[in-house]
Amino acid sequence: MLGYILKRAISLIVSLCLASIIIFSVVEIAPGDPASFMLGINAQEDTIAALRAELGLDQDKLSRYFSWVSGMVKGDFGTSYTYRSPVSDMIKERIWVSLPLALYALLISTFIAFPAGIYAATQRGKAGDAAVMGATQFGIAIPNFWFAMILVVIFALKLRWFSAGGFVEWENGILLSLKSLTLPAIALALPQASILSRVMRSALIETLSEDYIRTARAKGFGKKAVIWRHALRNALIPVLTIIGLQFSFLMAGAIIIEQVFFLPGLGRLVFQAITQRDLIVVESVVMLLVFAVITVNFIVDVAYAVVDPRLRRRV
Amino acid sequence: MKSNSLILGGLLSALVVIAALVSFLWVPFDITQLSIPDKLQTPNEVHWLGTDHFGRDILSMIMIGARTSLAVAILAVGIGFFIGVPLGLAAATKKNSLLDETIMRTNDLIFAFPSLVIAILITALFGAGAMNAIIAIGIFNIPVFARVSRGAALSLWQKEFILAARVSGKSDLRISAEHIFPNIANLLIVQGTIQFSLGILAEAGLSYVGLGTQPPVPSWGRMLADAQTMVSFAPHLAIIPGSAIIVTVLGLNLMGDGLRDLLDPRVRRSRE
Repeated sequence: MLGYILKRAISLIVSLCLASIIIFSVVEIAPGDPASFMLGINAQEDTIAALRAELGLDQDKLSRYFSWVSGMVKGDFGTSYTYRSPVSDMIKERIWVSLPLALYALLISTFIAFPAGIYAATQRGKAGDAAVMGATQFGIAIPNFWFAMILVVIFALKLRWFSAGGFVEWENGILLSLKSLTLPAIALALPQASILSRVMRSALIETLSEDYIRTARAKGFGKKAVIWRHALRNALIPVLTIIGLQFSFLMAGAIIIEQVFFLPGLGRLVFQAITQRDLIVVESVVMLLVFAVITVNFIVDVAYAVVDPRLRRRV
Repeated sequence: MKSNSLILGGLLSALVVIAALVSFLWVPFDITQLSIPDKLQTPNEVHWLGTDHFGRDILSMIMIGARTSLAVAILAVGIGFFIGVPLGLAAATKKNSLLDETIMRTNDLIFAFPSLVIAILITALFGAGAMNAIIAIGIFNIPVFARVSRGAALSLWQKEFILAARVSGKSDLRISAEHIFPNIANLLIVQGTIQFSLGILAEAGLSYVGLGTQPPVPSWGRMLADAQTMVSFAPHLAIIPGSAIIVTVLGLNLMGDGLRDLLDPRVRRSRE
């Protein structure tokens, strides 16, 4: 067991190192010098050179890479070229929008997906199943930013229940903040709920065909009792994996939705930083997101190995 | 029921493909001609799907937009297929070797990247445009095809007909090309349709934020971005391109599902 965890931990560290090299290289080889970009087209050569020196861009690539990585390990993500403030402070500020948004979307998605998936599985082959499956096909096909626009038209412009965009800070009241995250969270949750319903349905159907379910039925348990007491618990394993993956996707995937609703989250921060050539912000936030995904995967792998000893031998 | 999804999916996809192909020869109106007096018309007898804020015919733009969406998605799937499949097949020939480990770990790594953020990063840093969008979407298709082909190929390598081919002195490369590939082609076609529909959504997303196909070439995502400020008084500007995306993605997904059921009898049995 310890050997397995050690092996996965080494693989985690190697992945993180490689990810940092890839992110750094992509940003480095991209055309466009941040200093010239910040100073505009009329800037003098010596002014650009001075700014490059101030930002540390005149150092060689290798030493810049190592200072970036060693800084990150210590929690120092550098200083934003555009805002001249520490990137870690900017991330801390934005994460209080992105993290609750992702959790909110995940909650909505789970609330829709569980009943829908369970209902479809119990109605397998009947009209109810076909209706749920048809709806999920639609849910997957709808681009979330389009759905967001439609939500804004209906609930913000016509009914005036919600605002069309922006974020009410947490200090002004939790309910108001949650209200401003509601439409974005619904828009984000729709495709996720559709995927999760399908996973829930197929996991439950598969579990229901197991021998122990037949045994439980033979012992006289009713269909509902078997589903609630035995099948659901076992069907949850693949569903939880997908929820784990969706969480990391929602953290990073909100980038366009944050644009639609003008939410000051991590996605919007990266997007603005990319257009302003604020490379240090881009590198750090992308690295943070990759770190989150890789770490979540690692935790899921280890948790599985704890639960299911067969998996330890497979790697 | 399942063959229904193949038929419905096939019909919807065919509709989009035909619209795209016809647009090469004919569109109802020339979209390079602006006609401000005709702006923001709702669907009517002359302009079946209405006009946009420049008075351009939306049906014509949707038809040409179909061409853009399909082209970007096909090329992005092509990148994933032509790089990912050989890598997956190579990894399967030498299971657990250094080559296999390297390929699969690199794949895991690409999977860990937030694809949309990286696609935005690539297109923004290297220049917005269809070509960079294709590359950005295509990169994330590589690990998908590599993983699917490796997984399918691994089980085939245990089969007797592969052993027979080995005994007859064929090299790993020839076995992969002549025996393994044709046997996993079905699976790759199904995966291809899924990636194709994801590519359509990704292209729309990139164009929506202004990093995909650039004006004056129409694209569905771009049309949605233009519609955003006018959606309260001209909702058809958003509803029509959005519906075009939904019809295409829905068609491809249904077709993928139908094909999987048709080509893989095990899935058919487990679903029945």
